[in-house]
Amino acid sequence: MSSAMYERMRGNPKFGELVAKRGRFAWTLAIIVLAMFYGFVMVVAFNPLSLGQPVAEGSRLTVGVAVELFMFIFFWVLTAVYVRRANTEFDALTQQIVQEAWKENK
Amino acid sequence: MMRQWISLLGLLALSGVAMAADAVGATEKQATNWHAIIMFCLFVAMTMGITYWAASRTKSTADFYTAGGGITGFQNGLAIAGDYMSAATLLGLTAMVFGQGYDGYIYMMAFFAGWPVILFLMAERLRNLGKFTFSDITAYRLDQGKVRTMAAISSLTVVCFYLIAQMVGAGQLIKLLFGLDYNIAIFAVGILMMVYVTFGGMVATTWVQIIKACMLLSGGTLVMILAMSQFDFSFSKLMDNAMSVHKLGDKLMYPGGLLKDPVTAISLGLGLMFGTAGLPHILMRFFTVTDAKEARKSVLYASGFVAYFFNVIFLMGLSAIIIVGQNPEFFEGGDIGKKLIGGGNMVAMHLAKAVGGDMLLGFLAAVAFATILAVVSGLALAGASAISHDLYARVIMKGQASEASEIRVSKFATIVLGAIAIVLGILFETQNVAFMVGLAFGVAAAANFPVLILSMYWKGLTTRGALFGGYSGLISAVLFVVLSKSVWVDVLHNAAPIFPYTQPALFAMPIAFLMAWIFSKSDSSVRASAEIEAFEDQYVRAQTGYGAAAASNH
Repeated sequence: MSSAMYERMRGNPKFGELVAKRGRFAWTLAIIVLAMFYGFVMVVAFNPLSLGQPVAEGSRLTVGVAVELFMFIFFWVLTAVYVRRANTEFDALTQQIVQEAWKENK
Repeated sequence: MMRQWISLLGLLALSGVAMAADAVGATEKQATNWHAIIMFCLFVAMTMGITYWAASRTKSTADFYTAGGGITGFQNGLAIAGDYMSAATLLGLTAMVFGQGYDGYIYMMAFFAGWPVILFLMAERLRNLGKFTFSDITAYRLDQGKVRTMAAISSLTVVCFYLIAQMVGAGQLIKLLFGLDYNIAIFAVGILMMVYVTFGGMVATTWVQIIKACMLLSGGTLVMILAMSQFDFSFSKLMDNAMSVHKLGDKLMYPGGLLKDPVTAISLGLGLMFGTAGLPHILMRFFTVTDAKEARKSVLYASGFVAYFFNVIFLMGLSAIIIVGQNPEFFEGGDIGKKLIGGGNMVAMHLAKAVGGDMLLGFLAAVAFATILAVVSGLALAGASAISHDLYARVIMKGQASEASEIRVSKFATIVLGAIAIVLGILFETQNVAFMVGLAFGVAAAANFPVLILSMYWKGLTTRGALFGGYSGLISAVLFVVLSKSVWVDVLHNAAPIFPYTQPALFAMPIAFLMAWIFSKSDSSVRASAEIEAFEDQYVRAQTGYGAAAASNH
């Protein structure tokens, strides 16, 4: 497509800001999810017995079920947090970058 | 109708039910048959109506492959959830919880955890760079011919394995539930799928998927609520009962047999998580929405539905331990120690019957059939687009194909794929195809995903690296599965497996990444440096969406 447009956008300091902010945010969330998930897989692999314990004395809810239920909800909340910020803050910034590149074009 | 009754009765007789003693049971089964068939016919009638409407809106290639990019985030979220929750999810995972308890829940987590990662790292780049197939992204700055050929081959491999699993599942299920002949079921699925896809393209496929997702979510929820009402909606009461009767006893909630060793557990986690991010029919869904904003929303809705439904299935499986597992009516010969009637995968169906009678069983059976049909259609469309958009339009015609001829090829490809699916479905009737879905995920994780993610994130990826990475991932994933227990021993009847693990991802993925890295790094050709140079523009487009394929107007 128009390489000149891309060139101008890349030159815009806001582009650097967008990439840095969104990249940091996305990777932070991704690392949280990956760390929790593979941490959980490691526990399944190396210490399975701990997951079968009840969360409290006499409770039928086990640690494993509680942890997983929490992960299902927490991961989904993280996606909601990301979508919210990306669809407002980051998209607004993106629009500015594209518009400014257009203006320079004229 | 009479013939179906007779074949169903024959089936019951074969499964060891004493005919005379079970005369009432047999009558009930016939009624079930009816409900299921009527509800399924309603579903087919409705989706045919939609296909007719969709056909009038499917004119351009964009309409055919991506519904003109006009699907909303919410609709697409439902459709993705529909694509992702196949009959294997409903039947297989319920059965897994029923039999193995907590292991089934771990599986579901592994199926789910890929979604947030796809959103954070891939969704917007996919939408911003892609047009019709994911090869649009991998081939963005690389050699069109070679990279697309590679991507198309691995896509078709994934599609074929997945199709076989779905077709055989459909045949078995319908044989059992509707009392229809296995081959009739296979033909019904194959032909309906061809009709949806060839006439209605992505518009029809998406709507079939949406309707089916709504049916699946509501049907599953209803069964779960009715089942839980028997335990006063108390999880403790449910667990008390389940542990006291299950053969695993207190061990029911411990990770157990399915994930015997660390390697299998980790490999499964990797395969399911990154396999999701490499399934062609799922990736294609990202191109059906207007822009990156809607693509993100799709993942939000899809993952919400998937997470919710997995928890519903967990409760269904647990309550089935008591409601189905303690009811002799559902066992061969009326003996609780024996096999479940219709095999392990019938747990969800038996549960529906136990809590909601024939009506609910009929509904859930129709849902299961609709599910298979919808997933098969999505797969066929993904396979057809790999053939027509990648192989025909870009590789053979080098981008010079007219829209009309490209659509013609894709429709023809759909029919060929449908025919192949029918033939394979019949050939594999008596085979254990459980490994096929695992194989599809393994190939997706090891062949599609590494090249896709590298092409978006790593500047240094060159054509040579992508080809070596993709092909080595494909070959090693297939080899590992063939040499593992699930094929080498269970299908080919050898004494011992050559490859000791059942999950290929932990081994095949690093091979793919490593090969891609080595052969990119050592690529000093002029073209390689041009490809690396081209990353800059691709990067700006990936980040901003400027120049991305826009939604077509209707």
